[in-house]
Amino acid sequence: MSDTSLIDELPGELLMWVLIISELLVFGAGMIAFMGVRLTDPAGFAEAQAHLHRTGAAFNTAVLVTSGYLAAQALHWRQAARRGAARLALIGAALLGVVFLIIKGTEYADKAAQGISFETHPFFLFYYLLTGFHAAHVLAGVGILLLVSWRDDARNIEAGAQFWHMVDLVWIMLFPVIYLLG
Amino acid sequence: MKYESQKIAYAYFAVAMALFAIQVIGGLLAGLIYVFPNFLSELLPFNIVRMLHTNSLIVWLILGFFGAAYFLIPEESEREIHSTKLAYLQLIILVVGTLGVVVTYVFNLFEGNWLLGKEGREFLEQPKWVKAGIVVAALIFLYNVSMTVLKGKKTAITNILLLGLWGLALLFLFAFYNPGNLALDKQYWWYVVHLWVEGVWELIMASILAYLMLKLTGVDREIVEKWLYVIVAAALFSGILGTGHHYYWIGTPAYWQWIGSIFSSLEVIPFFAMMAFAFVMVWKGRRDHPNKAALLWSLGCATLAFFGAGVWGFLHTLHGVNYYTHGTQITAAHGHLAFYGAYVCLNLAIFSYAMPILKNRDPYNQVLNMGSFWLMTSGMVFMTFVLTFGGTVQTHMQRVVGDYFMDVQDQIAIFYWMRLGSGVVVVLGALLFIYSIWVPRKEVIESGAAETPAE
Repeated sequence: MSDTSLIDELPGELLMWVLIISELLVFGAGMIAFMGVRLTDPAGFAEAQAHLHRTGAAFNTAVLVTSGYLAAQALHWRQAARRGAARLALIGAALLGVVFLIIKGTEYADKAAQGISFETHPFFLFYYLLTGFHAAHVLAGVGILLLVSWRDDARNIEAGAQFWHMVDLVWIMLFPVIYLLG
Repeated sequence: MKYESQKIAYAYFAVAMALFAIQVIGGLLAGLIYVFPNFLSELLPFNIVRMLHTNSLIVWLILGFFGAAYFLIPEESEREIHSTKLAYLQLIILVVGTLGVVVTYVFNLFEGNWLLGKEGREFLEQPKWVKAGIVVAALIFLYNVSMTVLKGKKTAITNILLLGLWGLALLFLFAFYNPGNLALDKQYWWYVVHLWVEGVWELIMASILAYLMLKLTGVDREIVEKWLYVIVAAALFSGILGTGHHYYWIGTPAYWQWIGSIFSSLEVIPFFAMMAFAFVMVWKGRRDHPNKAALLWSLGCATLAFFGAGVWGFLHTLHGVNYYTHGTQITAAHGHLAFYGAYVCLNLAIFSYAMPILKNRDPYNQVLNMGSFWLMTSGMVFMTFVLTFGGTVQTHMQRVVGDYFMDVQDQIAIFYWMRLGSGVVVVLGALLFIYSIWVPRKEVIESGAAETPAE
């Protein structure tokens, strides 16, 4: 039987892959639904989208990608037995996650100040659902990165970095679809 | 039977099967009332028959789970159950509570009494003393099995089973909260029922199936456990937020429509994985176990759960579809095949596996039992199709055209007649199952040539 050997060849934790695929399915379905509903009201969606901070979101993209780079480096360093450097990289990655959340938080606060809620327009329903779910994953990811910087077994760091790259990847898909699509 | 305390399961299975008989007879009565609306209307109104049908289902399934836990935990943790006495005390409390509910409900005793009377709810309706009794029984159970597992060997199967059973007991606590607001009442009701059947019960189902596969197919434990973890992860990932599919139209915020649609669509995955798991295990298995009936019920369980819970659930889970189908016979079609496939077949599988052992008649292949599988299953599948077609007609006439509810009911009477017919077949199958478990002493055995010793 080849199925067990194929699974054995997977790098990292099998269950983390199950989680990553599940997350991608959820965010993928959410974005498809968003695009579908957008077809029914392109003008309204464009008008609503104009309220978003593209610059802040672009900056956040850079923040997350840098953070992902640090998490990847942490694994290499840990495998090269440079524990201190790996730990610092993981803490740095977690701090960048916090920066992301602060910028995201100011964006939410600004929306709230303008009286925009998920009931304002279908665009904002999806905006809050998709970016809100994503932000919750960033928060969880910060916790995981700190956890694996403490329990810094290479396998743990690999699993943490796997999760963090998924969070990264989802944002890279969300950013153009929600913020940029004209 | 390797451990004396496995015998506890015998009593649990016996009570479960008695309630199973009551449940299907209740279903038959309800089916009759659909075609003769005034049948028994003074003595046993439809709402009470329906309550008996659904509640006895839940109670016997849970008793079956308890029995299954008492049967498989000693073998898995390689030690006797912590306390046999407590296990029987737990059963007595549950039986007294169940009888208390039925008597209170049917005769409407102690009306208005805070402790003894009905609470006036559509669901989660038990007098408070029964609710308290259920909690006491659950605590006894959790204490008993957790002590056994903690002191014994820990396996993935017992870990997942305990996680499911703890979840089952803790989630029931929401039944104590009875808000005046009907929308909130429904919201909390789903915390119990949805998070049971599409959450923690799936863990129980996966672990019992894994145990059966381990015993019946002889596949390595390591492989079974890997599947088990993946199934459980997929079930919890999709099932918890999948609760949202009950929140489309009860007054909860609109974002639940998307959360519910997306997450509950993924609920197909764990059921597909369980079906794949069961078949792959049988395919790879080296053991030719003589208990073909248990294997048949196990494979039937995984397959029918995939269709009933997975496919028929997905059929009306997207909110754009559910806007039209909500509360029609489509829902009844899904409910019947999902419960039958996932949890009835699961229980009957573990009964079929365990009872010959508990009655010292092992091994024998239970041909009558297999006959009852095909009888019950064909009845239930036919019922599902009938209700699906009836529900489609109903959805169109009532929700698209806008005809009156009772006019539509008259139009789809033919489907209710066919449902009654399929219900008769199911009841006959259920009675045959019970007969085949308890009565025949000898059946022809043709043991397979390549038998390997039990694990």
